[in-house]
Amino acid sequence: MSAYFLCLVLFAIGLYCVVRKRNIIKIIIGIMISEYAINLLFILFAYRKNGRAPLFSEGLEIKNMVDPLPQAVVSTAIVIGLAITVLTVAIALRIYEKYGTFDITRIRRLKG
Amino acid sequence: MTNSDNLKGMTLIVKTVSRLTVGLIMLFGIYIVVHGHVAPGGGFAGGVIIALSFILLMLAFGKEKALEKIPKAVASFLEGFGALMFLGLALLGFSGGYFFANVFGRGEAFKLFSAGEIPLYNIIISIKVCTGLFAIFLVLVLLKFESKLKGK
Amino acid sequence: MKLIPFFVIIPLSCAFIITLFRNRLRFLPGLLCVFSTFLLLGLSIHTKGSLAEGVSFVYKVGNWMPPIGISLVIDGLSSFMLVVINLIAFVVALFSIEYMKRFTARWNFFALFLLMLGGTNAVVISGDLFNLFVFLELASISSAALVAFGTEHEEIEAAFKYLVMSVVGSLFVLLAIALLYSYTSTLNMADIAMSLQAGSAGILIPFVSVLFIMGFGLKAGLVPFHAWLPDTYTAAPTPVSALMSGVFTKSLGVYTLMRILFNVLGVTPQLSKILMVLGALSMVFAVTLAVGQWDFKRLLAYHSISQIGYVVMSIGLMTPLGILAGLFHLFNHSTFKSLLFLNAGAVEYAADTRDLNKLGGLRKKMPVTGNTSLVASMAISGIPPFNGFWSKLMIILACVQANAIGFAIWATLASILTLVSFAKLQKFAFFGALPEQLKNIKEVPLLMRLPMIVLALICTFGAVLLLSPVAGNFLQPAVRVLLDGQLYAFRVVEALR
Repeated sequence: MSAYFLCLVLFAIGLYCVVRKRNIIKIIIGIMISEYAINLLFILFAYRKNGRAPLFSEGLEIKNMVDPLPQAVVSTAIVIGLAITVLTVAIALRIYEKYGTFDITRIRRLKG
Repeated sequence: MTNSDNLKGMTLIVKTVSRLTVGLIMLFGIYIVVHGHVAPGGGFAGGVIIALSFILLMLAFGKEKALEKIPKAVASFLEGFGALMFLGLALLGFSGGYFFANVFGRGEAFKLFSAGEIPLYNIIISIKVCTGLFAIFLVLVLLKFESKLKGK
Repeated sequence: MKLIPFFVIIPLSCAFIITLFRNRLRFLPGLLCVFSTFLLLGLSIHTKGSLAEGVSFVYKVGNWMPPIGISLVIDGLSSFMLVVINLIAFVVALFSIEYMKRFTARWNFFALFLLMLGGTNAVVISGDLFNLFVFLELASISSAALVAFGTEHEEIEAAFKYLVMSVVGSLFVLLAIALLYSYTSTLNMADIAMSLQAGSAGILIPFVSVLFIMGFGLKAGLVPFHAWLPDTYTAAPTPVSALMSGVFTKSLGVYTLMRILFNVLGVTPQLSKILMVLGALSMVFAVTLAVGQWDFKRLLAYHSISQIGYVVMSIGLMTPLGILAGLFHLFNHSTFKSLLFLNAGAVEYAADTRDLNKLGGLRKKMPVTGNTSLVASMAISGIPPFNGFWSKLMIILACVQANAIGFAIWATLASILTLVSFAKLQKFAFFGALPEQLKNIKEVPLLMRLPMIVLALICTFGAVLLLSPVAGNFLQPAVRVLLDGQLYAFRVVEALR
């Protein structure tokens, strides 16, 4: 039970980074932390007591497997997280090229 | 080992060790891809490992060495082609009645040539992931180089 | 119904073919884009025609039985959204062939456009929660890359803000999916609906509903999650703005919200009150901010937020008239808001500026643009006999019928302010004196005029959709699906047998 709660705390830490930090790279790291926290939560929901890895092997009798569905789901979610990280980093590099700074309080041309 | 060789990339220790291990890393990646239906792993994980072997080349020796192995045009072509092959294989399922259906023979369990078209999907995904990650890394490195040239 | 996967196959395969050929054939990207959107439009109208009321088509992918396999579901609501999406996509694709000649690397634009379209189509037809999430992310990431297309200062800044906020919204959705999975152990929407009806989940359902409202409300642009909208619509190239306001906020935001809250979780009176309050807040807040804007596209962006508020408030009423009015206003808003954005694009193409202070008297030089923008402005302000009038009237009547008189008063007030701001737009941009530096502008080319004329015709004759025979086929099935709530699960199980 405490493992689930700690994952939610990790998610909240990631959101705090996105909201409060001023450096663009730290915002990106905050997004990544939240993302991995949710992936971890999903895998933790799949645990069954005394379960083992959900793989068949030759000649072994398997009872009590953990739930295999979240493992496929998290595999996909990790790839999505990778794509998001790459796109944000590429945009951050372009921002540095144009504005000369990574500080978001100084990147404020659109107003109103 | 001339002077100009030592200026690019990293130190001598890193270069020697990576020269020894790059082939093994790629072989390990291919093993994970091909055994995707009998052991954990599969297309995405194996593709990332193969891409890492090329990125190791780029980090240790500088980007010209890596560009010699896979030029930019080949990486872009393989990326699009991999996606189209994946769609083509999925469309083959229509002959079995449904999209993505497994129409090849199933074979016996736990053997290497079994499970219908799943090993083929793994190989295609690994090609796409490997070239995709390599192209992303290349673009990010090249972009930085150009902006340094402009003097910003 | 073997053709359902083609809604996803056609745009994705054309996008990959475009990335293979790149710049080698000059005409290929635009041609493939228009061709594929035309095919999709035909396919969606055919699907809508062949679907009877109260029937769902379920397609088992790979011949695996749901809930073990992935399923694609088309019912009245999905087919209605498909027609809206593909119609706007076809019109915008026609417009963007000429408009994108100003930019370099055009094949990038068309490939990303088709990827975005494929993702949006797949969100509407998916029958699994996680499948919906994956394609939602595909569409969001492609649209963020499209917003940054011009790579100027403002566009990159807007793209970064949009991407960060959009990703945080998706993270809330993913957290909600994880919590829902922990209770029901399945990801199929029909299965979740049935298992939530059976047992008592306690505090889980309100918590998950709030997370979903936060996540999807951010995609839809409801207040207080609207902060990314004005910057993004101003900085993106115009076809992207038209597509985003006409298709995205509706199919990724409003449709998913309706599908999950009405069909999967089951709507309670508190939830409907929350939807109505959020909708009314969006309506009034956004239109108040819109009156003082001097940038053409920024004004239109604030009005987008306001009209989506109308839709959400009306659907939150949960009466048959309310849902019918909301869905009809959704269709109307796609047409007249896309038309307004296309007009803004035509003005920018001809005069190179978006500032209302510097424009004036464009009506003499650009007759087609001026007249269609007059039609669209009258439609959005609710002047008879254009389609906006009928849908706004029905929304106000539905509010009065459901004893929510306060909301009806706010809706009327917002409508009056909309009229004020569009009168300002028309006066400053199209009527009045032509300034010196704009003496030599010409009308935009044919391929840009044609989509505007088509959309203006739909705006004028849109009220036809309310007449009995057409409405029974087009709008009523969608209303029926939403009203039946969790009966969606029974229909899916029936269709599988």
